[in-house]
Amino acid sequence: MSGAGVLHHLPILQVLVPLLAAPVALLLRRGYPAWVLATGVSWLVLVMAMGLVRQVLINGTLSYELGGWAPPWGIEYRVDVLGAFMALIVSGIAAVIMPFSRRSLAAEIPADRSAMFYTLILLCLTGLLGIVMTGDAFNLFVFLEVSSLSSYALISMGRRREALTAAFQYLIMGTIGATAILIGVGLLYMMTGTLNMADLAERMPDIAHTRTVTAAFAFIVVGVALKTALFPLHLWLPNAYTYAPSVVSAFLAATATKVGVYMLLRFSFTIFGGLLAFEIMNLDRLLLVLALLAALYGSTAAVFQTDLKRMLAYSSVAQIGYTVAGVSFASLTGLTAGIVHLFNHALVKGGLFLVAGCVLLRIGNVTIERMAGLGRTMPWTMAAFVVGGLGLVGVPATAGFISKWYLVQAALERGWWPVAVVVLFTSLLAAVYVWRVVEVAYFRTPAQTSDAGVGEAPLSMLVSVWVMLAIMVYFGINASLTTGLARQAASGLLGTAL
Amino acid sequence: MLTGFLGLYNYWIVILLMMSGLYILIACGNLIKKVIGLSIFQTSVFILFISMGKVHGGTAPILDPGFSLYSNPLPHVLILTAIVVGVATTALALALIVRIHLAYGTVEEDEIQEKEDVA
Repeated sequence: MSGAGVLHHLPILQVLVPLLAAPVALLLRRGYPAWVLATGVSWLVLVMAMGLVRQVLINGTLSYELGGWAPPWGIEYRVDVLGAFMALIVSGIAAVIMPFSRRSLAAEIPADRSAMFYTLILLCLTGLLGIVMTGDAFNLFVFLEVSSLSSYALISMGRRREALTAAFQYLIMGTIGATAILIGVGLLYMMTGTLNMADLAERMPDIAHTRTVTAAFAFIVVGVALKTALFPLHLWLPNAYTYAPSVVSAFLAATATKVGVYMLLRFSFTIFGGLLAFEIMNLDRLLLVLALLAALYGSTAAVFQTDLKRMLAYSSVAQIGYTVAGVSFASLTGLTAGIVHLFNHALVKGGLFLVAGCVLLRIGNVTIERMAGLGRTMPWTMAAFVVGGLGLVGVPATAGFISKWYLVQAALERGWWPVAVVVLFTSLLAAVYVWRVVEVAYFRTPAQTSDAGVGEAPLSMLVSVWVMLAIMVYFGINASLTTGLARQAASGLLGTAL
Repeated sequence: MLTGFLGLYNYWIVILLMMSGLYILIACGNLIKKVIGLSIFQTSVFILFISMGKVHGGTAPILDPGFSLYSNPLPHVLILTAIVVGVATTALALALIVRIHLAYGTVEEDEIQEKEDVA
């Protein structure tokens, strides 16, 4: 096949490569070869995602006919700037996390299960990439279930028995969410006779006022909000992220909820369009209120946690709030803020969960109390926590600052200054919960002498942590690439030319 | 032919099943019963899809010179996929329950909660 031929097939290869690699990883049976395969695949997928971004920027939106069947009959993969950008986030996070996973997993799951772990994480990657590639509403549901089912199984692999109940709880809530999306898609098919997103969008204006379509919209928004863990539908998230293996927490926190926000954007802007979503259903007001409550609740709850991973999980609830607040403005600046925050927060939270993985490996526990003195015994790990924490707070020269800057700007553009106040106040709360950990790690001497012997985390893990955070700092100083992509994605969603 | 309220009887069945499923999910503390509720909930959606594929007077979508009116086969195909997803979900949920039973010695939500609080 010629080079141009391969390039043409990138949208489907993006999904097929991890999908085909997943059963191979299982057949390899042993952890090491499965790990080599999964790492190789995640890097290959990252290179392909970069190729996709480049193609989309040069040629505009790509359309790929699955099996050569023309769109209304066959499934179409449709990649625009937003889709390519999301693929870049998902595959990039996977590529950085894989090298980390080997040492971290050795301590957290039994050796005979590690091949299964790589199978599941490849399936999860397949599902997430499929969601962002596809241009077919039903296909999106199928990929959503592929990623969800594998993430339930991944979470249940945690060391403690609470991981099982956390996974079960997530399974129940996640399935209700996915089924709600299925109902919505079914009602849409009933009204339009098509499942292709572009066709749906075309037929939407004529039927936007019918009750069936508004019901479909309500079902889909609730379903997507469940998968995104938008307050008050976030109940599954803290337990799931706390008890899952550290690699899984990092991967899901950095990708799964982000893809949830992507679905929200895709459904409310591309398919339903601004008329139905924002004028008939008043989605903007609903989302803004929930987003601000999420930011306040998540940040406040994070301050009172005693477990590092649970604290990060509640912080995720708050950060999802920021992203959704950006979306709710439905303006170019607001959407840019939301989309760029997807990227920035994926790096920040991914990096911080990896730090938690390093701590867990060395002291077997992530209770904040037990972290006393780690500033001395694990200097590189804790320095990484400080950098990531600064990103979470949104200090200038970190990527977190860029997204908050755009968010505040978007709020002031609309004249909604109370929103800006909430963003700043919750950033202060973030400073409080980050400081609690920093204080314990640097300024308290360990109570138990048994912790005195702990050493630095292994190099393979530190490299992943620092690569993630270095990229985060780079895009905090030089944000033109990420904000440029986010702005293009936003204008694509709003259907306006730049 | 039935019309109006009764004519839409299949949709009333869908709503009844959907709400029963959700109620079981919320009200029952037994994890197995929750899975049963979840399955009923999902099945109601399958019936919703199948209902909308029916064309009045249409026959099964198999090409035959004797017929010209066929039911829409697409919802059937979609639901075939959704059933597979549903089976996978049920299987995973039951597998998790087996593991939960091994770890906690019970499948009752309140008893699991008690044991978690003690630990």
